[in-house]
Amino acid sequence: MTARSIRIECLRYDPATDKEPRWQGYDVPYEDDTSVLQGLQYIKDHLDGSLTFRWSCRMAICGSCGAMVNGVPELSCHTFLKDYAPGPVRVEALENFPIIKDLVIDQTDFLNKLEAAKPYLVPKEERTLAEGAYNQTPAQLAEYYSYAQCINCLLCYAACPQYGLTADFMGPAALALMHRYNTDSRDQGWEARAEVANAEEHVWGCTLVGYCSEVCPKSVDPAHAVNLIKLQSAKDYMQPYAQRLKKVLPL
Amino acid sequence: MEIVETDIVVVGGGGSGLRAAIAAAIADPKLKIALVSKVVPMRSHTVAAEGGSAGVIRGDDSLAKHFDDTVSGGDWLCDQDAVQYFVEHCTEEMVQLEHWGCPWSRRDDGSINVRFFGGMTVQRTWFAADKTGFHILHTLFQTSIKYPSIERYDEYFVADLLVENGQVRGVLAIEIATGAFVLFQCKAVVMATGGAGRIYAQNTNAGIVTGDGMGLAFRHGAPLRDMEFVQYHPTCLAGTGILITEGCRGEGAILTNKDGYRYLQDYGLGPVDPWPRPKAMELGPRDRLSQAFWHEDQKGNTIPTPKGTVVNLDLRHLGAQKIHERLPLITEVAKIFAGVDPVTQPVPVRPAVHYTMGGIASDRTTATGIAGLFTAGECSSVGIHGANRLGSNSLAELSVFGKVAGEAAAAFARDTSVARSAAGIQREATAAAGGLEAMLLSDRGSRVAELRDAMGACMEHGVGIFRTENGMQQACTTLAELRVRYRAGVKLDDHGKAFNTEWLSAIELGFMLEVAEAMAHAALQRQESRGAHVRLDDYKSRDDENFLKHSLARYSVDGPPAIDWQPVNITTSPPRQRSYGGAGKQAELT
Ligand SMILES: Cc1cc2nc3c(=O)[nH]c(=O)nc-3n(C[C@H](O)[C@H](O)[C@H](O)COP(=O)(O)OP(=O)(O)OC[C@H]3O[C@@H](n4cnc5c(N)ncnc54)[C@H](O)[C@@H]3O)c2cc1C
Ligand code: SF4
Ligand code: FES
Repeated sequence: MTARSIRIECLRYDPATDKEPRWQGYDVPYEDDTSVLQGLQYIKDHLDGSLTFRWSCRMAICGSCGAMVNGVPELSCHTFLKDYAPGPVRVEALENFPIIKDLVIDQTDFLNKLEAAKPYLVPKEERTLAEGAYNQTPAQLAEYYSYAQCINCLLCYAACPQYGLTADFMGPAALALMHRYNTDSRDQGWEARAEVANAEEHVWGCTLVGYCSEVCPKSVDPAHAVNLIKLQSAKDYMQPYAQRLKKVLPL
Repeated sequence: MEIVETDIVVVGGGGSGLRAAIAAAIADPKLKIALVSKVVPMRSHTVAAEGGSAGVIRGDDSLAKHFDDTVSGGDWLCDQDAVQYFVEHCTEEMVQLEHWGCPWSRRDDGSINVRFFGGMTVQRTWFAADKTGFHILHTLFQTSIKYPSIERYDEYFVADLLVENGQVRGVLAIEIATGAFVLFQCKAVVMATGGAGRIYAQNTNAGIVTGDGMGLAFRHGAPLRDMEFVQYHPTCLAGTGILITEGCRGEGAILTNKDGYRYLQDYGLGPVDPWPRPKAMELGPRDRLSQAFWHEDQKGNTIPTPKGTVVNLDLRHLGAQKIHERLPLITEVAKIFAGVDPVTQPVPVRPAVHYTMGGIASDRTTATGIAGLFTAGECSSVGIHGANRLGSNSLAELSVFGKVAGEAAAAFARDTSVARSAAGIQREATAAAGGLEAMLLSDRGSRVAELRDAMGACMEHGVGIFRTENGMQQACTTLAELRVRYRAGVKLDDHGKAFNTEWLSAIELGFMLEVAEAMAHAALQRQESRGAHVRLDDYKSRDDENFLKHSLARYSVDGPPAIDWQPVNITTSPPRQRSYGGAGKQAELT
């Protein structure tokens, strides 16, 4: 088999030396199973050690290696060079995030939002360890299981026009995670989370474009989660005023 | 240099580090805890663990059985006091994870489901589909958010440990985004940095698994224990080393050679029927399965591919429904990375390095040779794995000993009132930072990749599945040369401070070379075969008289590490023959 090669064009940016991001191209050998990530690693090892990107598991589970590949948010470890032949293939940092360097984005804003979603179990019933595990049927597990598949890769944020416009929007993955706990049969945290969810810029910020679910590599379907939270929030809103007042005033 | 004052520093945001941080926060909410990790915690390698985590829950199981499986699996090199504590606490930790939300797979009635795992007599492996590590890690990470005393330092690379008069006083870290040095002054440190599998060319580990914590503790005088025991996992994709979980075999998958023959029956793991049955054939322990592959390879019974020879892992008889329900990740991985659908085609696999049994020597309470330094997880050697770890014991270990380490560090920090004469520490930190900066500017010498690849190849060759005196000697020589070249300077293309991953990988390479030397020298000096350390020269069998003891590697600045030995703690289980398959059944009956 003769070695084939493809040109990878990377959007480079070094805050110390570049005013603006710039394109730089490299020719990289590839086989049928060479991922875009392996292409980047080849560049770093052999051609240019300054090219900077995040990666770790190289098996699509750690969520580190997201990038725009020919304009589409992808995990570079499970996107393959052969699918872009004859090239060039353009690789750049995920859309909608500030760039720290080259393909590395600043994910602080997302992490803050994830924390704001209160993504932990607020148990309905306290149990000691000696009392053993809670009961949860496979059907109850299935209720939230798909929303528990999120690897925090941020592809959905790169795909979300609303997040691009209003950085306050909580965004698909954080809302999906909130929904994951809300729908867990062991949890009763909706009240604590509702306040966050209901804020204008959070669940109501979503304008139902749905591209987030399309790019999600783990079939989390964040768009659907956001819809279900909206439904829940709307139900809350419809509650009789007296009940709502009770919450606000110590009646 | 920025200085952060805190009580406890937890280095590592994987399963063990997160569990330690949470335990410390619960033990004493007044203590300040810094959780320092070179990646955001949910990117840690624990995320990749697939199969499951051990904990006795079935009526036909018992702590004694889990103890026996672990001790015999470890070829009697386990510290039995630690194993006893471990098996007594696994189940409660699995329940704790459940209370925190971990989506364990269930039976129809809503109770916890458990599966078989290699080397375990009874079904006792808790699993969350085949993404157990992913779910455990996200559960722990998300739960850690509840505790305000845990302050996270995400993407801070710990580059040095500060030790004064045998007591840990702080850590020196690099804030990766800016390249700035930060000195954490503290009373206690929990080292939870994971394994060192990246030392080998073909491995199942994530890129960050570079033995940093082992290297840090080693350099500062804490011995590394049992480093010669490196586990090869028998079923990995050729080329990338991506893991195909043992859970497949737990569900009934079989291994066949180029003739479609279940070759394991030729290596003391048969007979084939009845199948599946525990501790036999494909459910034998990993060391035996990897060794059997090697023999088949020698006999020419494997299948050649451009990425190396393989055998077939066949799941087809399980049927589409079971495969999709129990092994969704593996189905996806096989399709994407190997181009096969396990429902209709066998998956081509071969062994690759998977797990470092050895690590920073600690006692049952996770205390190390350095006062105030505790350790948990794959970077530690608390003594439960012996010469061969059983699958699903390490996720359990993270929880059980992560908690112990967190509580121990909290107690230590509470009881320590060091007069903060920090001047000495700050001087030391400044000196260390100076050395690292010099490295950043280096533009002469070998490239990182060149030294790294040479190291990986020499370890595969000399300190692999099977070992000989010559091969190990050769590896020791090569490593010494590589270390000299490393010290002479590594050529970097990137001299900037912001997010300089080339610089960080050069620092990691320094740790790896030293840890590799500990592995190679300990291997050379263990003149017997035991567990994952198997020699083809004059030392083919286990030698309890001379080597029923732990190796301890001690750092030396210029030369190879010194190796000495430490007794194994044996309480109730004197060494016996380790048998599997039909012989195993017989041994159990007698
Ligand atoms: C593919 C795969 C599958 C596995 N499946 C199973 C299984 O089914 N069952 C089982 O029991 N075990 C399994 N294992 C083993 C198990 O997953 C690991 O032993 C375990 O997850 C290690 O966890 P840890 O917390 O010790 O380290 P890790 O999860 O590796 O975390 C290490 C942490 O340390 C940090 N760190 C490292 N160096 C530095 C530094 N210099 N500065 C700052 N931070 C640093 C990293 O950022 C990371 O947060 C598997 C392993 C692999 C490779
Ligand atoms: S919802 Fe999907 S795309 Fe978004 S972060 Fe999670 S896994 Fe990634
Ligand atoms: S490297 Fe982990 S998701 Fe790609």
